[in-house]
Amino acid sequence: MTDQTLARPEAKKRSLPHFNPVYVLVVALILAIIVMNPAFGEPTGYMNFLKRVTALAILSAGALYVIVSGGFDLSVGSIMTLTVIGSSMLASNDPNSTYWIIPLMLGIGAVVGLVNGLVVSYLKVPSLIATLGMMITLNGVAFMWSGGAPRGYLPDTFRFFGRYNITDVPVITLLPIAVICLFGFGAILWWGLHRTNFGRLLHAVGDNPQAARLAGVPVERVRISAFVVSALTAVLAGVILGGRAGVSVDIGSGFELQAITAAVIGGAQLLGGRGSVPATIAGALALEAIFTLLNLLGLAQPVRLVVQGLILIGAVALATYQRKRSGR
Amino acid sequence: MTDASLPTAPRRFRFDRHASTILLVAAILIYVVLVVALGQTRFLTLENLVAILGRSITLGITAIGQTFAILVASIDLSVASLISASAVVTSVVMNGDPAMMLPAVAAVLALGAVVGLINGIVIAKLEVNPLIATLGMSLVIQGVLSYYYNNFAGNVPAEFQIFAYGSWGIVPYSLLFMFALAALAWFVLRFTRFGSDIYSVGGNKDAARLAGIKTANVVIGAHVICSLCAAIAGIYLASRLRSGAPWIGAEGVYDLESIAVVVIGGTVLAGGRGGIWGTMAGVIIFSLIDSIFNVASVDAFVKQVLRGIIIVAAVAFYAARSQRPVA
Amino acid sequence: MSGTPVIEMRGITKSFPGVKALRGVSFACGRGEVHALCGENGAGKSTLIKILSGVYRPDAGEVLIDGETKHFSHPQQALLAGISVIYQEFSLLPERSVAQNLFLGREPLRNGLVDSKAMVAETRRVLGLFGVRHRIEPDTLVADLDVASQQMVEIAKAVSLNAKVIVMDEPTAALNEAECEVLFTLVEQLRASGTAIIYITHRMREVTRIADRVTVIKDGEVAGSFDQVPAPEAVVRAMVGRDISEYYPEPATPAEIGRPVLTVAGGNNSALRDINLELRAGEIVGFAGLQGAGRTALAMALFGAKSFATGTMTLDGETVKLNSPRDAIRAGIGMLPGDRKASALVLMQSVRDNGMLTARAFANLFGTADRNRFTDVDGMNALLDRIKVRAPSYEQEMRFLSGGNQQKAIVARWLALKPKVLIFIEPTRGIDVDAKASIYHLMRDLARAGTAVMMVSSDLPEILGASDRILVMREGRIVGEFGRSATETELMLAATGETDVAA
Repeated sequence: MTDQTLARPEAKKRSLPHFNPVYVLVVALILAIIVMNPAFGEPTGYMNFLKRVTALAILSAGALYVIVSGGFDLSVGSIMTLTVIGSSMLASNDPNSTYWIIPLMLGIGAVVGLVNGLVVSYLKVPSLIATLGMMITLNGVAFMWSGGAPRGYLPDTFRFFGRYNITDVPVITLLPIAVICLFGFGAILWWGLHRTNFGRLLHAVGDNPQAARLAGVPVERVRISAFVVSALTAVLAGVILGGRAGVSVDIGSGFELQAITAAVIGGAQLLGGRGSVPATIAGALALEAIFTLLNLLGLAQPVRLVVQGLILIGAVALATYQRKRSGR
Repeated sequence: MTDASLPTAPRRFRFDRHASTILLVAAILIYVVLVVALGQTRFLTLENLVAILGRSITLGITAIGQTFAILVASIDLSVASLISASAVVTSVVMNGDPAMMLPAVAAVLALGAVVGLINGIVIAKLEVNPLIATLGMSLVIQGVLSYYYNNFAGNVPAEFQIFAYGSWGIVPYSLLFMFALAALAWFVLRFTRFGSDIYSVGGNKDAARLAGIKTANVVIGAHVICSLCAAIAGIYLASRLRSGAPWIGAEGVYDLESIAVVVIGGTVLAGGRGGIWGTMAGVIIFSLIDSIFNVASVDAFVKQVLRGIIIVAAVAFYAARSQRPVA
Repeated sequence: MSGTPVIEMRGITKSFPGVKALRGVSFACGRGEVHALCGENGAGKSTLIKILSGVYRPDAGEVLIDGETKHFSHPQQALLAGISVIYQEFSLLPERSVAQNLFLGREPLRNGLVDSKAMVAETRRVLGLFGVRHRIEPDTLVADLDVASQQMVEIAKAVSLNAKVIVMDEPTAALNEAECEVLFTLVEQLRASGTAIIYITHRMREVTRIADRVTVIKDGEVAGSFDQVPAPEAVVRAMVGRDISEYYPEPATPAEIGRPVLTVAGGNNSALRDINLELRAGEIVGFAGLQGAGRTALAMALFGAKSFATGTMTLDGETVKLNSPRDAIRAGIGMLPGDRKASALVLMQSVRDNGMLTARAFANLFGTADRNRFTDVDGMNALLDRIKVRAPSYEQEMRFLSGGNQQKAIVARWLALKPKVLIFIEPTRGIDVDAKASIYHLMRDLARAGTAVMMVSSDLPEILGASDRILVMREGRIVGEFGRSATETELMLAATGETDVAA
């Protein structure tokens, strides 16, 4: 093999970060929605859209940590359910309970993530099966806790994050707390994955665990941390979703696949090594925009599943094709 | 690593090659001890044994197909949705009319073949990760099904319920059918070239290709078999429930359980090693666990929690010794 | 040689992204001929063979069988045309039996069913040709065989096809002298029966012993073509393309070799027996031996990846117990794995990320990725510049770089940590000649700066050219120690265990 690489200055242009097509997709979808429903262009329209997408966006950005590390986390939906059910059972309509319930739920989430990570790292159970087992288990726990039907409801202090809007804001009229959460947690998750040693090591572990281990990376610790981050964001997403939508026994179901779909739309590499938090959040926006469009077109809820399934397969097939063309 | 083995490498006892037998014996022992301890020896009759096995027909048939997918180093997460769809199609097409039995079965088998073909092509030709390809397929099937049906639909004529309820002596036809299907699968894997190719492609895809095997066709074939088995499982479920509904596959968690059963049976998730009888042992182990829960009268929700833990523990039982990092 | 050659390749050209692997290579082999194909690692031999066997399609040029042009798009077509290949990396299925492997993809059928009896009988017959019938049972799982027996099965698999053309890609890599002799006899039998044999090797001994004609490939082009077997020097000159003297750096002077840095006394584990050794500052120690002799196992033990079960290891005079690569790195030991793609590179990450990986692994997890106590972005850029890693940008993904530049980036990874001991395994495998020389110079510079360098290599000229001291391993033991003046023959005899016969 000969070295045919180019001299450095000439190729500087190529090193510009290439533009991720997901951003174009989001803009196009939102324009399409505005054309079909001009009210969407008003602050109440798009702010409510952002409010609706917040839970999924935060969840996807957290699930991306596990995807970049080379695994899957299918337990996040059940963690959301557990958060909502558990909080409603514990709150018993006491507004002051929120201050200890949310930290408690984060604690439970951390333990769940830790268990996922330990089972994958030390018992070597493929993450898909480990987290699917966790999903069944947690759904069972949520059922047990609520006795099959949810009782009680969430106090307003708890629902503050998902439901409350700051009104009379200049220019944008209203600003939902959820949107502030979206930007806040989005920024933290971006920092963690793209600016820290942890983030770079996570990429390395997902890219080639064997090479990472031989380069001295504490593979287990890094991987377990990814599951903990994913579980914690699932709790946050649960708090926001519960706040917006209230209590129901299957509130989180289906979110695990939506999160993976969002990451895939955002160009994340399944089985690890590549992924971007902003692009994943854009992927979540795109997915929600597609769902909104389907609604506007009068298509029933189940069509969402079909579209989501086709996107999942199509996006991965496209990524495989492009990678093959660019040479491995 | 090149320095793989030393000259002194005698045949050693390979724990994982006998683990399914060990687990089966352990499950039987626990069951017997529990039943005796609780003084409920009525659970030790032959009739009860048959009843235990009879509860796992759907899982058993699905797992036979899943064994093919996993042996070829793929996996199928669309079986649960396909079971629902097959059950609904069976009961809707029959709609109580015995004359429609054959067309219904033919339609469901055709559905299974098409789903398997698409899964296989997407995985082998488009090179989409099998987990994602079949998850996507699962969503598509579930979406289409829920679009048209949201409750039990159609019904199965009494003549067809014989499949689930008829028996030969104390042995249900369905149980005989499951074991006949298992025997057929074993025969295919053991004695046909296609069977050899499945092990070869699953064991080392590049080596199989270099030896002239059309690897894509083998993967597609395995997926067609997997989906056909899931379709048959759906037909059986329709016969047992007398009607089909769009949630029955997901409710039975047949995707995860069929994978767990195959793995407990000693077939490795990486492909290329394992077999049908191990899978059957896995199915029996799962039935016994269920029976143990029943004998000990465990609460339904607790049962679900325990099942999740047992599945992961069972996979861990095999995987923990593996040297390779997993993701 | 008269008449139409059985197999002919004309003007074969093949490119991969960023690399031109072959340029206008022509080559022919006739009935009853052993044609040796020689070249350094990475010269393009394997690519040529993969085109011949239908794995790759050439960008230009044609393959002719018995004078007819053929276009292979699947290995099956090459097999049907009568071409059988013994690949260098094993293509056996460890969990299948010897007989099942021999008949992989072409199981004999009777009444439409696989005829296991016929398979076992035919396997016995073919194994009998090698005289290994009693050593290898047809129904043994390949995983239960040792490396040499696996190699024999691999060869038997190709022979049992009764192919017109058999390609052998370095078939002796794992064989001892006696086994090699069996193989050579077999090659002679095949030649006598009219088979065309393409024999790939870089061992001159084997060329002299069995070849009829020799073609040398270098940097993807034919560098020499000999109708009679020439003197080994002529082949080597064509392979290397220049004088050895400028290829390898000057060895260490006695003054440069310092105190012992790492010592092992009585080291044992499942793959190693009674290891005693000393690595000194400023010295490059080469480790020679056959595949499976324990060289890699030793490197892994020193690096904590598969530690010694018994024995003592000291580093700078202090006893250390290393249970993981992390322990070893913390203690000051680094390693460059032989299979870079599988064990060293994170291909989707940038060149700089690859260089900074180990430094980041030992920095504060939640600290910034740009800076740590070992290096920072500017420092790493400077380091990569200094060792002349050629890349359009250090932001470029690693997978787009050539093997040589990838290896240099991994060297940079370790340079940033300034280890006391650095272990290179097959440091130049798959690397072109120019880059090779610069890797040797890098190793020498490291040694001059006081690092103890250990080099595991299967390339004897490399061992002889780059080491200050040579240790030979066999069956998990260190069986010989040589100076720079040793010859290939001496090393080979020690590695195969025939020193006693020679002495």
